[in-house]
Amino acid sequence: MNIANILARKGSMAVTVRPEQSIREALALLERHNIGALVAVQGESPVGILSERDIVREAARNERFFALTVADLMTRDVITGQPHDDLLTVAHTMTERRIRHLPVVDKERLVGMVSIGDVVKAQRDHYQGEVDTLQTQLLAGESGLAH
Amino acid sequence: MTTTTGTPARPLRVAIIGAGPTGFYVADHLLRNPGVAVEVDMLDRLPTPYGLVRLGVAPDHQKIKFVTNAFDKVAASPGFRFFGGVDFGKHVTLADLRAHYHQIVYCTGAQTDRRMGIPGEDLAGSHPATEFVAWYNGHPDYRDCMFDLSQESVAVVGVGNVAVDVVRILCRTPEELATTDIADYALDALRKSRVKEVYLLGRRGPAQAAFTNPEIRELGELPDADIAADPAEVELDPLSRAAVERSQDRATAKKVEILRAYARRPASGKSKRLVLRFLVSPVELIGDDAGRVAAMRLVRNELYATSTGALQPRATGRFEEIPVGLVFRSVGYRGVPLSGVPFNESWGVILNDKGRVLDPGTKEPLVGEYTAGWIKRGPTGVIGTNKPDAAETVECMFEDLARGAVLEPAHPEAAAAETLVRQRQPSFVSYNDWLKLDALEVAHGRAEGRPRVKLTSVEEILAALGR
Ligand SMILES: Cc1cc2nc3c(=O)[nH]c(=O)nc-3n(C[C@H](O)[C@H](O)[C@H](O)COP(=O)(O)OP(=O)(O)OC[C@H]3O[C@@H](n4cnc5c(N)ncnc54)[C@H](O)[C@@H]3O)c2cc1C
Ligand SMILES: NC(=O)c1ccc[n+]([C@@H]2O[C@H](COP(=O)([O-])OP(=O)(O)OC[C@H]3O[C@@H](n4cnc5c(N)ncnc54)[C@H](OP(=O)(O)O)[C@@H]3O)[C@@H](O)[C@H]2O)c1
Repeated sequence: MNIANILARKGSMAVTVRPEQSIREALALLERHNIGALVAVQGESPVGILSERDIVREAARNERFFALTVADLMTRDVITGQPHDDLLTVAHTMTERRIRHLPVVDKERLVGMVSIGDVVKAQRDHYQGEVDTLQTQLLAGESGLAH
Repeated sequence: MTTTTGTPARPLRVAIIGAGPTGFYVADHLLRNPGVAVEVDMLDRLPTPYGLVRLGVAPDHQKIKFVTNAFDKVAASPGFRFFGGVDFGKHVTLADLRAHYHQIVYCTGAQTDRRMGIPGEDLAGSHPATEFVAWYNGHPDYRDCMFDLSQESVAVVGVGNVAVDVVRILCRTPEELATTDIADYALDALRKSRVKEVYLLGRRGPAQAAFTNPEIRELGELPDADIAADPAEVELDPLSRAAVERSQDRATAKKVEILRAYARRPASGKSKRLVLRFLVSPVELIGDDAGRVAAMRLVRNELYATSTGALQPRATGRFEEIPVGLVFRSVGYRGVPLSGVPFNESWGVILNDKGRVLDPGTKEPLVGEYTAGWIKRGPTGVIGTNKPDAAETVECMFEDLARGAVLEPAHPEAAAAETLVRQRQPSFVSYNDWLKLDALEVAHGRAEGRPRVKLTSVEEILAALGR
């Protein structure tokens, strides 16, 4: 299983902003889409990521944070994933490096975003599925032998 | 009015398109919910249910097929009907279903194959594994396929579990196959097989191989095929070694150990030889004068780490050629669009969010349309993986019902839907019909010491039902 399998059932693209947009606009987007992070893009390539945490952290210490732009608060060193990256590696890297949101890029174009929650859920469903398959086989096997 | 939908007086009427594992899991989750009265009609383009469990799962893996006992239990629930032989897009359209159901769930799986995208791919003798698999399993649409099994040397591209199925079937003896439910015509063709050497080709290393451990172990236990691997190719490169150590993934470590043991194993003079290769990609299929595959040109790969640490293949400048007369590409399945249903070309799935089908323009959910299984998330995962996937979709369906966001069909009666099907496909197969066919197949099989003998054409199936 890879990142593409997660994106396939997420439908919508990542929600994007431009670095020069205001924090107020960014907040409105987070609220409207009910999400935790935005990808800042220049053209079609991601240049940063802005999470609600970044905003809360700034708001706690800066009365005038509304005057800032996305570029002021975004994290610039974004790690991006590719659709074919396998889930196990991605899960490991996200946990180890404390990445909550991973923009996914295909040929330098942003194609979506996965959160650590998505990755954990996909892994859990995967294991659950394997256990279920074994279980049905064993149970059915027993009743199958009976007749 | 809509608020009363889901009560015994006005049950929630759901059409499930596709009778594979996913269709049954969706039906089960819907029918088992105590709070909502639900009626399910399950349609499949084929007269027989179970999707890939009947037509994909290998004939020498009968135990896996026991899962159908669980599906039969679902089918026995009150409120469940099966209409086999009814093709969505041909016999019934989206408009028809909207006029008869409150909700529609697409569970149509992945009906075609992915391509390698290399020159020579369409030469005679080069086939998708999907066709070979459907053929040996008796899929009515593929029973007339021809594979030139007079060739001695065969290559299978890809190292997923499907590729393993294909090489295993090629390496089994006729005696072994004769105790399975493999299609009769395929058994005949494989009896005459002259295949001696089978290559299994992975583009990445042993640690990245998609096959699972029980499957690769089984390849080492074939009665009449020796297994071989190149010792250098099964040694881990530094990147892979570091990745395996870091992830502490015991299954992968074990897999590499199994493969290394194969590389050390001496040949024992069995009639066939199965050769595992890693870090090679086909770049071209080379034809003979008659336009038939004669050889495959391979490039050697090395691995590099992407920014998340995933290891991907990159071609080196080193090439080689292997003589092969038959090629199966097993590089994955792919979903096909359904008429009138939004499709996501990038991933080959129905455009959806957690199973709610989306309007391609607004990206908002379409009322009453859902999807689950391989056509929702792509062609990966074992049978049981579709169960949590189906649960997620059904959760969305019940949420939307609670909000009153369901279709408002003009004819929400079970009888009206049956009339529609009878008009469009008079020779549809019901679940009771299927249980009769099943008993026939099993009885026929018992006489031959096999789990069943499959009926493999729609005509045969209808004739067996006296139509
Ligand atoms: C070769 C192969 C071997 C496998 N072996 C195993 C195994 O050993 N163990 C395991 O756990 N998993 C195995 N799997 C995986 C497993 O089969 C899948 O996870 C599972 O079948 C997917 O379920 P699905 O219902 O989404 O799709 P499918 O099983 O493909 O079912 C889809 C159904 O939809 C129907 N349909 C399609 N289009 C239409 C239409 N237009 N109108 C009406 N009906 C339509 C099809 O006829 C089919 O019956 C295997 C897969 C393959 C390909
Ligand atoms: N016994 C069982 O339990 C069983 C049996 C059959 C199937 N299944 C399940 O069904 C699902 C589908 O199986 P599958 O085998 O079709 O898919 P899969 O597991 O995704 O394997 C596809 C294989 O094709 C390779 N590949 C893809 N593109 C390629 C290219 N261009 N060139 C060379 N190689 C390429 C992949 O390599 P990369 O990894 O490098 O992309 C991978 O090895 C899987 O989840 C599988 O586990 C289970």
